[in-house]
Amino acid sequence: MAIAREAEPVGSLQEVKEAGLDREDLLGVYRNMLVTRGIEERGHILYKQGKIPGSFYTGRGNEAAAVGVATAMGENDVGTPLHRDMGVHVTRGVEPWRIFAQYMGRADGPTHGKDGNVHMADSRLGLLAMVSHLPAMLPVAVGCALAFRIREEKRVAVGWFGEGASARGDTHEAMNLAGVRKLPVVFICDNNQWAYSTPTYLEYATEHVADRAEAYGFEGVVVDGTDVLAVYREVKRAIEKARAGGGPTLIECLTLRMEGHAVHDDAFYVPKDMFERWAESDPIERFRSWLREHADLNDEQEDEITSGVKRLLNEALTRAEESPLPDPSSLLEGVWATPEDLDTPHHK
Amino acid sequence: MAEKTYLQAISDGLREEMRHDKRVFVIGEDVGVYGGAFKVTLGFQEEFGPWRVIDAPLSETAIVGGCTGAAIMGMRPVAEMQFSDFISCAWDQLVTVAAKQRWRAGTPVPITVRLPSGGGFSGGPFHSQNPESSFAHIPGLKIVCPATPEDAKGLLATAIQDPNPVLYFEHKHLYRRIKAEVPDERYQTPFGQARVHREGDDISVITWGAMVWTAAEAAQQLEDDGISVEILDLRTLIPWDKKAVLESVRKTSKAIVLHEDTHTGGFGGEIAATIAEEAFEDLDAPIKRIAAPDTPVPFSPVLEKAYIPQVDDVAAGLRELAEY
Repeated sequence: MAIAREAEPVGSLQEVKEAGLDREDLLGVYRNMLVTRGIEERGHILYKQGKIPGSFYTGRGNEAAAVGVATAMGENDVGTPLHRDMGVHVTRGVEPWRIFAQYMGRADGPTHGKDGNVHMADSRLGLLAMVSHLPAMLPVAVGCALAFRIREEKRVAVGWFGEGASARGDTHEAMNLAGVRKLPVVFICDNNQWAYSTPTYLEYATEHVADRAEAYGFEGVVVDGTDVLAVYREVKRAIEKARAGGGPTLIECLTLRMEGHAVHDDAFYVPKDMFERWAESDPIERFRSWLREHADLNDEQEDEITSGVKRLLNEALTRAEESPLPDPSSLLEGVWATPEDLDTPHHK
Repeated sequence: MAEKTYLQAISDGLREEMRHDKRVFVIGEDVGVYGGAFKVTLGFQEEFGPWRVIDAPLSETAIVGGCTGAAIMGMRPVAEMQFSDFISCAWDQLVTVAAKQRWRAGTPVPITVRLPSGGGFSGGPFHSQNPESSFAHIPGLKIVCPATPEDAKGLLATAIQDPNPVLYFEHKHLYRRIKAEVPDERYQTPFGQARVHREGDDISVITWGAMVWTAAEAAQQLEDDGISVEILDLRTLIPWDKKAVLESVRKTSKAIVLHEDTHTGGFGGEIAATIAEEAFEDLDAPIKRIAAPDTPVPFSPVLEKAYIPQVDDVAAGLRELAEY
C-alpha cells in the first residue's frame, strides 16, 4: 500500500495561476519542452552522422518532469540535474548551441571537451555538473542545502536521482542527513521505470520510491511525470516549504523512458504495449492539448512557437559546428583550482 | 611561542581559521558535543555553535559529499573522518566528484578532509592504515602529511585556504608523543616544500609523517658510527618537492625512501622512480625502499611491531647502504 501522497492532475488555468504561472509563463514552459526534445532529436541525428563521439543519451518522455521542476525553482536556487534532465538546463537558460558543442566535444561546450553528453552544467545558472556514478550528486545537493542553512539564506537545493540509483547507499545517506537536519532540499526521483534493462521491482520493494520519505521524516509525493503542470505545482509547494524552514520533500515523477538507455540500446526488454500505453501520454502532446483547451492556444501561436524553436535550433547547430575542437594542450589545464577560480558569486 | 603537542597544534590551527573566516565549518562524527574521538575539536561547539561544528550521522559519504556541495556554494568545510580508514566509505565522493569537478566543470571544491591515520597502538586492520598513496594517484587531490607540531598547524591553515580538495593525514601516533614550539600567530606552511629535518652528507632518507621521527632515531644511532644521515620530511605528497629530493640525493649519492604505508604501490615507489629517472648518474648505490610489508595492519603488539618499520629496521637499512 502506498505511503506517499499521490498527486492529482492540474485541472484549470485558474489553478495554475494560483500556483504562480500566467499564460505567458505557460507558453514559455511549452517552448522549453519543445527546445528540450528538439535538442535531443537533433543530437540523435548528429550521432548517426558520426559527429558525436562516445555514446548518446536522451530523456525522451521526461521533458515535462525536467522542465516542470526547473520552472518551480527560484533564481537563486541550485540543482544537480541528470542525463534525463536536459529540460532543466534549457529552462535555466543554457544556450542550445553550447549543448550541441558539448555533444560534439568542441571547445565551446560547457566542459570544453573534457566531458561529454549531459555531463555539464553552468554554475552561474545554479547548476552542478553530474557524474556517471548515480546518485553521487545527491549528497552534494544536500551539502548545498547545508551551506544555505548555515548562512540562513532562503535558498533551496534540488537533487535528482533515478529509481535505479535509489538502490544505492548515497541515496540513503543524503536523505537521512537532510531529514535529521531538516535541510532545505527537494529530492526529485526521475522514475522512468527502467534502469538500463532492470525493471522497478528488481530495484525497490516498496510500491513507490517516494514511500521511503516517511522513513526519513519528511513527505513523499508521487506525481505523473508527463503532466508538466502537476509536476510544477508539487515541486513549487515543496520548494516553498523548504524555503520556509519546513525541511525536505521527496517527489517521484513517474514516466516511461521512451528510448533505450543510450542510443545503442533498442530496449527490446520493454514490453511493446508499455511503450504504446505511455505514448498516449506524451508529455509535449499532452501539454499542447491542455493549452489549446484551457489557455486558448491557437494554430497561429502554435506555429509561431514551433517555427521559433526550429530557427533557434538550426542556428545553434550551425554555430556549434563552427566551434573549434579543443587544443590538445588544454588537457593539462584546470586539474588544480587557483584562488582566482573562487572569484564567483557563490564564493563572495 | 609555546610548546605544544601535535594534537594541540592541529586544534589551535583549526580554531584560528574558524575565528578568522566564518565560511569555515567542521562536520564529522562526534566532533561537536564530544569534541571528536581524539578531542581535536574539544570546546569548539561552545565557541562556534552547532551549525559550525556539526555532529553528523554515521555517514562518511554524506559528510564528504555534503562538504563538496557546501564548498561549491562558497563555504570552506573541514570534514573529520574519525579514522582515516573510514575514508574508503567516501571514496566515490572524493575521487569521482570532488577531485574532477574543477577540471571538467570549472567548479572548484575547496574542502579539507582531516584523516587521523597510522598505527603503533594496536588499532588493528581498520584503525591504523596509511592510505595516502591511494589518493596520491588521483589527479585533483592534494595530500598533506605533517610530522611536526609547527607544520601541523601551518599546513592545516594552508589546506583550509587552498581552493582544492585537500586530504590532511594527521598521524595518531604523533598526537601526544611529539611536542615542540609552535608560533602563536596565524601562519601558513606552503605546500610542496620539503623540510630538512636533519642535515647529513652520506645518505638521504626521504620520508614523511611519523616515520620522520623513526628515521631521526636511527640516524642518531648511526652518528656514533660516523655515518652522516640527511632526513628530508616531504610534508606534502601532492604536490611533492622533487627538487629538494634530487638536490639531497645529488649531495649524498645514496637514498632510502621510508614510509609506514605498505610497500607495493606505496608513494615511495614514485619517489624512487623519479630519482632513478633524473639522478641515476649521481647514485652510488641502488635506491632502497623501507616500508610496511604487503599485509593488512595487524592487531597484536608483536605483529604490529613486525609490520611498522622500526628504528632498528631503518638503522639496518642505513648501514647496508653505507657499506655498499
